[in-house]
Amino acid sequence: MRDVAVLGIGKTAFGAFADRDLRSLGAAAVKEAIADAQVATSAVEAFYLGNFAGPSFVGQNHLAPYVATAAGLKGIPCTRIENACASSGSAFFNAWLSVASGAYDIVVAAGVEKMTSQATPRVTEILSAAGDMSTEGAAGATFPALFAMIARRHMYEYGTTREQLAAVAVKNHANGANNPLAHMRKVITLEQALAGRPVSDPLTVYDCSLVSDGAAAVVLAPLSEASRYTSRSARVLGVWQASDNVALEEKEDITVMPATREAAKRCYEMAGIGPNDIELAEVHDCFTIAEIVATEDLGFVSKGEGGLFAAAGCSEIGGRIPVNTSGGLKSKGHPVGATGVGQICDVVIQLRGNAGVRQVARHRVGLAQNLGGSGATCVVTILGVN
Amino acid sequence: MNTRLPDGVVYTETVVHTPPEKYLQEAPYQIAIVNLAGLGRRTVRILGEYVKIGESVTFDSYRDNTPCYRRAGNTKFSDASNK
Repeated sequence: MRDVAVLGIGKTAFGAFADRDLRSLGAAAVKEAIADAQVATSAVEAFYLGNFAGPSFVGQNHLAPYVATAAGLKGIPCTRIENACASSGSAFFNAWLSVASGAYDIVVAAGVEKMTSQATPRVTEILSAAGDMSTEGAAGATFPALFAMIARRHMYEYGTTREQLAAVAVKNHANGANNPLAHMRKVITLEQALAGRPVSDPLTVYDCSLVSDGAAAVVLAPLSEASRYTSRSARVLGVWQASDNVALEEKEDITVMPATREAAKRCYEMAGIGPNDIELAEVHDCFTIAEIVATEDLGFVSKGEGGLFAAAGCSEIGGRIPVNTSGGLKSKGHPVGATGVGQICDVVIQLRGNAGVRQVARHRVGLAQNLGGSGATCVVTILGVN
Repeated sequence: MNTRLPDGVVYTETVVHTPPEKYLQEAPYQIAIVNLAGLGRRTVRILGEYVKIGESVTFDSYRDNTPCYRRAGNTKFSDASNK
C-alpha cells in the first residue's frame, strides 16, 4: 500500500439554504477542492460521493454522476456510498483505498446532503431509517431517542450529569460562533443549555445537532507526488472503517461504540501513535452524549470519564485535546452525508494553521471520527502535517 | 409472533417529545429497551406510568409488531442482571 496525502479541501457553508439545491452544493465543494489542490479537473480519475438520503430528502437518485458532471468530472467511475451519517467518511475511506492500492493517482471524495426542504417531523422520520425500522422505528424511536437512551444508561452507570452534557453544547457553540462556515454562530450559556426545550429526555434541543444543507470535498493523491501539486498537503497517517449492530437492543453495552474502538485501534496502529499523540480532534457530536462517548472510545479518557473531561474544559481550545474546534455537528451543522469529509476538511484547516481565532497551538496531528447511525458504522482518520 | 412475552427489567428508557411524522399525535410517549428473561433485549413502548432504569415491567399487548409493556406494581428490582 502507498502512503496517501490530502492535496486539497473544499467546503460550502453549512446552513439552511432555500436557494441552493443538492447538485449545486456538491459541485461547489468539489470545484473548490480541485482548485485548492491545484490539480487539473481532467486529472481526477475517480469520484466517491457520500450521501445518506437524497432520494428521501429531495427525490433524486443516481447522485454521484449527477454531482460529478456539474463539477466538470466526466467519464470517470462515480460511486455513491450510503452509510447513514458516516456516508462521506466511508467515501473517504474507499477513495483512500483506491489511491493507496495503486488503482488511481488522483481521486475526489465528497459528501453532500440537502435536508432543509422537508419539515422537521418528516426529517425525523427519514433520519430514523438509519436505525432498525422493524424494531426501533416501529416503537417510535427517533434518533434523538436512541442517543437519549444511550445518555440515560451512561448517566446510570457512570454518574454522567445533565451539566456535563450541556458543557459539550456550550463549548461547541463557542467554537462555532467563530467559524464563518458554521450553521448556528451563537454563543450559549450553561443555563440556556440546561433549560432547552425537551426533545427526548434527558436530551434538550441544545443536546442535538442541526438539520443542515451543505457539502464538502477533498482531493487525494499518492504522498510521493503531493509536492508536485501543492505545499499545503496533509498526510493520511491512518484511516479505517469498522461496523457493529444497527439496533441498540442487539448491543451488549450501549454506552460503548465498538466500531469506534476498532477503527481507532487500526488507525493508531497504522499511524504508529496513540491517543496521547492526538493534538486536536473533530468527533461526531450528533448529540452531546455522542461526543462524550467518542472521547472515551478514542482513548482520550478512560471509560465513564468523558463527561468529566468536557466539563473540566479539557476539550476546549487550549485544553489537553481540543475537540470540535469547528463547532462540531452541534453548531457547525450536520448535513449528514457531508459530515465525514467536512470533519476531514476542518482537521486540515487546523493542520495548515488556517483556523483564525480558533487555531490550536499544537497542530501537527489531528483526528476525525465519523459515526453512522447509533454506532453501526464508524470511520476514524488520523492526519498529519506533511 | 403475537405470543405473550415474559416480564422484563428496564435497561434504558426515554420519553420522546419530538416524534416522527407517523406518531405525531401520540407524543409525549415513552420507549424503553428491556431485558427479558431468556429472550435478550427488546425495544418496547411503555404504556401508562413512566418507568426508570432497573424497574420491573410486565407485558401488556402488541401494537402491530411492537411489544407494549407497563410498569409492574411499585416494586424496584436490582439492576445487577442488566450488566
